[in-house]
Amino acid sequence: MPDGSPNPKYKWIGTRPDRPDGADKVTGRARFGADFNLPGQLIGKVLRSPHPHAIIKSIDTSKAEALAGVKAVVTAKDFPEQANLIVPTGEMQVNLRDITRNIMAREKALYEGHPVAAVAAVSEAIAKQALALIKVDYKVLPHVIDVADAMKPNAPVLHDGMITEGVNPPPTKASNIAKRVEFNKGDAKAGFAEAEIVIERDYSTQAVHQGYIEPHAALASAAEDGQVQVWSTTQGHFQVRGFCAKLLNLDTSQIRVTATEIGGGFGGKTVVYLEPLAIRLSQKTGKPVKMTMTREEVFRASGPAPGGNVKVRIGAKKDGRIVAAECTVEMQAGAFPGSPVGPACMCSYACYDIDNVHIVGFDVVSNRPKVAAYRAPGAPISAWAVESTLDILAQQLKMDPIDLRLKNAAKKGTKTAYGVTFNTIGMVETLEAAKSSEHYKSKPKPGYARGVAAGFWFNVGADSSAAAHVGEDGSVTVISGNPDIGGSRASLALMAAEELGVDYDKVRPVIADTASIGFNFVTGGSRVTFATGLAVVNSVRDLIRECKVRAAKIWNVDPEAVMWENGMAKPAGSNVGEFEPLTLAALAAQAGKTGGPINGHAQLNVTGAGPGFGVHVCDVKVDNDTGCVTVGRYTAAQDVGTAIHPSYVEGQLQGGAVQGIGWALNEEYIYNAKGKLDNPGFLDYRMPVASDLPMIETILVEVPNPTHPYGVRGVGEVPIIPPLAAVGNAVARATGVRMTDLPISPPRLSAALDAAAPKMAAD
Amino acid sequence: MSEIQYRVAKNVKDACAAMAAAKGKGYILAGGTDLLVQMKSGTREPGVIVDVKKIPEMVSIVEKNGAFTVGAATPAAVIGEHKKLKKTWPGVVEAINLIGSTQVQGRASAGGNLCNASPAADSVPAMVAAGVVANIAGPKGKRSVPVEKFCAGPGKTNLKTGEILVSLTFPKRGKDASDAYLRLIPRTEMDIAVVGCGVSLTMKGDTVKDARVSLGAVAPTVLLVDKAAKALIGSKLEDKALDAAAQACSDACTPIDDKRGTIRYRTKIAGVLLKRAALIARDRINGIEHRGHR
Ligand SMILES: Cc1cc2nc3c(=O)[nH]c(=O)nc-3n(C[C@H](O)[C@H](O)[C@H](O)COP(=O)(O)OP(=O)(O)OC[C@H]3O[C@@H](n4cnc5c(N)ncnc54)[C@H](O)[C@@H]3O)c2cc1C
Repeated sequence: MPDGSPNPKYKWIGTRPDRPDGADKVTGRARFGADFNLPGQLIGKVLRSPHPHAIIKSIDTSKAEALAGVKAVVTAKDFPEQANLIVPTGEMQVNLRDITRNIMAREKALYEGHPVAAVAAVSEAIAKQALALIKVDYKVLPHVIDVADAMKPNAPVLHDGMITEGVNPPPTKASNIAKRVEFNKGDAKAGFAEAEIVIERDYSTQAVHQGYIEPHAALASAAEDGQVQVWSTTQGHFQVRGFCAKLLNLDTSQIRVTATEIGGGFGGKTVVYLEPLAIRLSQKTGKPVKMTMTREEVFRASGPAPGGNVKVRIGAKKDGRIVAAECTVEMQAGAFPGSPVGPACMCSYACYDIDNVHIVGFDVVSNRPKVAAYRAPGAPISAWAVESTLDILAQQLKMDPIDLRLKNAAKKGTKTAYGVTFNTIGMVETLEAAKSSEHYKSKPKPGYARGVAAGFWFNVGADSSAAAHVGEDGSVTVISGNPDIGGSRASLALMAAEELGVDYDKVRPVIADTASIGFNFVTGGSRVTFATGLAVVNSVRDLIRECKVRAAKIWNVDPEAVMWENGMAKPAGSNVGEFEPLTLAALAAQAGKTGGPINGHAQLNVTGAGPGFGVHVCDVKVDNDTGCVTVGRYTAAQDVGTAIHPSYVEGQLQGGAVQGIGWALNEEYIYNAKGKLDNPGFLDYRMPVASDLPMIETILVEVPNPTHPYGVRGVGEVPIIPPLAAVGNAVARATGVRMTDLPISPPRLSAALDAAAPKMAAD
Repeated sequence: MSEIQYRVAKNVKDACAAMAAAKGKGYILAGGTDLLVQMKSGTREPGVIVDVKKIPEMVSIVEKNGAFTVGAATPAAVIGEHKKLKKTWPGVVEAINLIGSTQVQGRASAGGNLCNASPAADSVPAMVAAGVVANIAGPKGKRSVPVEKFCAGPGKTNLKTGEILVSLTFPKRGKDASDAYLRLIPRTEMDIAVVGCGVSLTMKGDTVKDARVSLGAVAPTVLLVDKAAKALIGSKLEDKALDAAAQACSDACTPIDDKRGTIRYRTKIAGVLLKRAALIARDRINGIEHRGHR
């Protein structure tokens, strides 16, 4: 039992009780995607293209279908064509016409690993045998992997009719550039003319995978009457329902999706891969069909985050005031349009109050798996470039890197390049917290050098529904519809307990399936504790309103004469009369006589998400002979609004920092000359392991979001943005060599150090 | 998918007979930390699996006249807890203890590491530098070969059908001798060596009397680098000798450019690790303790 909130305003908010799902997870009782099975189920497997780019001339499935134990085979023919229609998915946008092609290739295979057929059989072994019996006649086409290559005029074109959007007049020829975006504020040209120092650099990052521990898994059961049930590991079971309904021409009400416990998603589980295939196979066979991806399939065919090339130009006065800033972002979309180049552009300079900004972005397709969201999609890529350039500026001006950022920090009233004017934000407070931290005030240990970087993310609101039900004994169930990835059930229960004035243990938060609660947008955009939290608070307020009505009936007074305090109905004033307070248990006991079950509901489209800012401080040591980088100390400071459950807020900061450090140092998709991914496993796709890292220290800067009753801001995405440059800036200060291309892996850093050695010796 | 038979061999003869009968479809199961992973990924499809962990001589460590004979399937964790072996051959034991993580250590064996025949196997360069001998049994009897002659190429050993590796013998060692193994991995554990380097030294005073140098992950099999050893012998490990030995290591490399490292990088690191490992081995002779991996 927690000792009470550190915040005097609250009893529960700010405490750190055990999470409701904790015991099941540590005992192994919790059931994740692949743990669900049904009697009589078949196993589904996917045949994937071995080629990065090929026309599918024909597919012969007859031999596979004839194999004993094979119950069905599906190809693109089994899925209806879709309209050219953009729909939101998490923080990204997708085109239904593309989605149906991504789950099952139609005219062309567009990346190695692209599904071309799927089978359902009585065992996995037979399903695998059947895959080998499917004959696909491919016409192999030249492929293109790199974004810069894909933008060249003579590059192989992935989509024949693709004319670049956002260019006036529109180009007449198809290309791999899906879209151009542009953001302007002030007059960049005039700004640069005023500048006393201008710094310009080119940067790049590689595609990285979200690296969730749990591979994609789905179980689908289609009944004779057309009703479909799905169990899926997903960040949004309502999105699974919506996509599957569209892709299979079903009503959403015919599909009931249950989100299983989820072993990580980070944005990568906001799309569908297996679910529509499993449903279609189940429809064809009349049996439940279970599908799971191998790790290799996860790497080859599920959305990584894009890599990108970024050109940055920053102009400043000698006192450090930035007067003009430009950047150009070319971003991998994968095989279909829809990279997060928009947010990358919008976030690039959002930490700063700059009068003249010009930003251009390009969304570029190439023969890679279609990218998916990954924590603050796009933002780490532009921040890597901008925050590195600011470090160069600080070095050249001989300014403290935090002071340089303080001089230019965005504040309430700052207008961003993308047009929004900030309400109350915590950029300045976060910089100051980092600056006054024990870490920043102490010198790096001998051999270590220090880097600093900042990051910004919008956070989102969107649609949420919630319900609060009182049981016969007065205990409470809080029902919502967002898969819990980061401890959100605990936070929702804490807010409900606080609002209702009852103990945390008396509130059980559950996540309902799509047929048992109203619509909820995905768990993404750092929205659940904020937006679904607001829906829960409102459902509890609705419940309290109902409780007052019931108490009023019992006392025979007006509902307005009843107040709610400490979990009890009480007379609102002495003139109401003398009544013993009524607890939830007392109200529940008499509910049958006062109007039936006592429930509260809320449904909202939530706006007013408070943006978040992070400032990270990183100490590294570089082994000059090997190029190996050791992170010795790391602190993440962030304005987190109100930390409802501080442990899970800290966990978000630590997890994001670790993923960002991996992005900076070793993680990358490596393609060979044949356009095939060479490292589809955790041995060669190098995420950090525990022994690579120090304890990540956190500083929670609580600047409450004025639009939320408890001041909640999203916190999950910001922390992945600063680490790339925090690490890179520390490496630059440790070695004198500025790395502009990620990852800063030992071979790359060693080559850069060796190349710089003669020059540094001469200097 | 075809059926797999699982057999537990009671003694070495049993194991050899089972392997001979399997006609090339047999696989010895030691710790299984390579074999099971390979079966899962489909790169190995055994017909018969022969578990040797119930054969006492294959899971024990015996000392005789100063030499140690280590059962091929002895778990790495057991080897790491053998104080005397660790004191005598700190370099080999640290190499064996670098394999995987705590969990993997409970199962993984030096014999499995050698028989898997990866050029990047961690214990192998250390064993080659140490002059360890592999004891083999088969339908035609027993034979012994130096570890550096055991592998034929990536994933291939020189074992004939029905032959198994029974044990590894570490030669007798004086007080004036020690060894070290270093590997370069981009992470700190759970990774595969980009380059591995084993050095074994015998000193007379401050002069190197004898040396053996070995490199992993820079050629199709683990290399014994005589030229590097020669550069060290007779020296006091001064910079000139170390530079010459490092150059010999770099020259011996015939690596590939791949996802794990470039030719340039591997060639350079071979020399860097040689210098560091040689100094650690000398320190150990002088009673200075060392821990580390790069
Ligand atoms: C997570 C993880 C991390 C790893 N990290 C490392 C690492 O850091 N460094 C490293 O070098 N390796 C590493 N490995 C690989 C593996 O653990 C080692 O190669 C280990 O030494 C293999 O030993 P084993 O006893 O498990 O072999 P097994 O898997 O039992 O056998 C390996 C192969 O050798 C054959 N074999 C085994 N014993 C005999 C015998 N006595 N006679 C004939 N054939 C035999 C088997 O049939 C099989 O083909 C790692 C593996 C995993 C899963």
